[in-house]
Amino acid sequence: MDSYDTPGSTPRHSASSRLKDYFIGATPLQKRLESVRKQTSFIPTPPRRKIPQCSQLQEDNDPQKVAFLLHKQWTLYSLTPLYKFSYTNLKEYSRLLSAFIAAEKQKGLAVEVGEDFNIKVTFSTLLGMKGTQRDSEAFLVQILSRSQLPSENRELKVLWTGWFCCIFGDSLLETVSEDFTCVPLFLANGAETNTAIVGTWFQKTFDCYFSPLAINAFNLSWMAAMWTACKMDQYMAATEFLWSVPCSPQSLDISYAIHPEDAKALWDSVHKTPGEVTQEEVDLFMDCLYSHFHRHFKIHLSATRLVRVSTSVASAHTDGKIKILCHKYLIGVLAYLTELAIFQID
Amino acid sequence: MSVLRPLDKQPGLNTATILLVGTEDALLQQLADSMLKEDCASELKVHLARSLPLPSNVNRPRIDLIMFVVNLHSKYSLRNVEESLRHVDATFFLGKVGFLATGAGRESHCSVHRSTVVRLARTYRSPLLFCDPEVDGFRAPVAQRLVRMLQICAGHVPGVSALNLLSLLRSSENPTLEDL
Repeated sequence: MDSYDTPGSTPRHSASSRLKDYFIGATPLQKRLESVRKQTSFIPTPPRRKIPQCSQLQEDNDPQKVAFLLHKQWTLYSLTPLYKFSYTNLKEYSRLLSAFIAAEKQKGLAVEVGEDFNIKVTFSTLLGMKGTQRDSEAFLVQILSRSQLPSENRELKVLWTGWFCCIFGDSLLETVSEDFTCVPLFLANGAETNTAIVGTWFQKTFDCYFSPLAINAFNLSWMAAMWTACKMDQYMAATEFLWSVPCSPQSLDISYAIHPEDAKALWDSVHKTPGEVTQEEVDLFMDCLYSHFHRHFKIHLSATRLVRVSTSVASAHTDGKIKILCHKYLIGVLAYLTELAIFQID
Repeated sequence: MSVLRPLDKQPGLNTATILLVGTEDALLQQLADSMLKEDCASELKVHLARSLPLPSNVNRPRIDLIMFVVNLHSKYSLRNVEESLRHVDATFFLGKVGFLATGAGRESHCSVHRSTVVRLARTYRSPLLFCDPEVDGFRAPVAQRLVRMLQICAGHVPGVSALNLLSLLRSSENPTLEDL
């Protein structure tokens, strides 16, 4: 009868909290408080993560349909759960958002050079972009413009794209109540002003909060290790790292490019447990690169800050910019980003 | 001697000496200056070192407290501290060693996870302090704490010893963490 889930707690702690719940009855709010309390007493860093594999659900989605998500630079934001968002009202939302954008442009807050474009907003769901069945459906928002000039075709040009998704967001899903929709990861491509306008509308309508998702050097090295571990049939790009050295007056940038097959060979020699990546393996992988560089250039890369990682699977920048290059591991990359977004919300 | 021992020298009269070990020279200098600004009944001596072992040809007073400074933005400083820890005698860890982690405030620049330093401090059974040196308001309280800890470790506070302080600091943490 006890539905309270206590991931990774010591027996003494969980026994007392289970007893408490038997009498009180755990509401979602209490579950949330318990999980936050647990996180402050345990230092949250999972020592091992799964290497991204092709998930079952990914077989459903059509490569053509999601091809427009690849090879584009997305800016990342984390988003708190949306209140009273409904997938059946998407047409209504697109109408409201178009009206809001038109009103903002009238106010002169967003200055667009050129003719008066006819702005159209579309909301659509992206099928198959989820990790488990419990995840909320991913949906896409696009701002399109219809050019009024007779010389050009009457076709719609995409001005701005943004999409919301939740991949393996179980830790967040179990702590919110029914009225909330959890889509913690938001990716945007297009002008900053449009992102700001759409963000304001969502914040006003669904009582949520956007915050930019920065990726620190620790997580970038995890990404480098996980993406190098992915099996690829052919490598499209070299594995590249960029470090920023803090020195005055201008910071120095160090770029280090490796042939992708060499990187994979290095990873294979470090990797022990099949299917999983541990903290020690990531550290060892990066230490090998650092010591090789030090042997040649006598520079300690470990004293600098990792700023950008680029592999054949995806490339990520510390400011929260990502570009996914491989369709096969799309879900895997998004799963890790969702984890970072959820961690930031908490 | 290449290994630091706590009781191999005679104590100086009313002097307390602290050794700060870390790769960030500017930060250590700032901390030293803040500590020396504190008014304190004992005479304070601050030694700075990039790493251990210390050169043996220098005549130095008995060291009462060692603080290892780790910059969370740089893995190199963590490796350096781990290397230096091997040159400290085990009896030093009875309250006369502490860890100071800096840079936790700027999460986006961290390459070392907070749990790594927490685990390090736990392995060596020593207290861990966090400090953000760029913020002026943070430096003074940390300097004050270090001066008080140093006075206790040098035996200048009657009734409290370094070991007492260590057990006091440890019991205030969450008891379930002892299982780790």
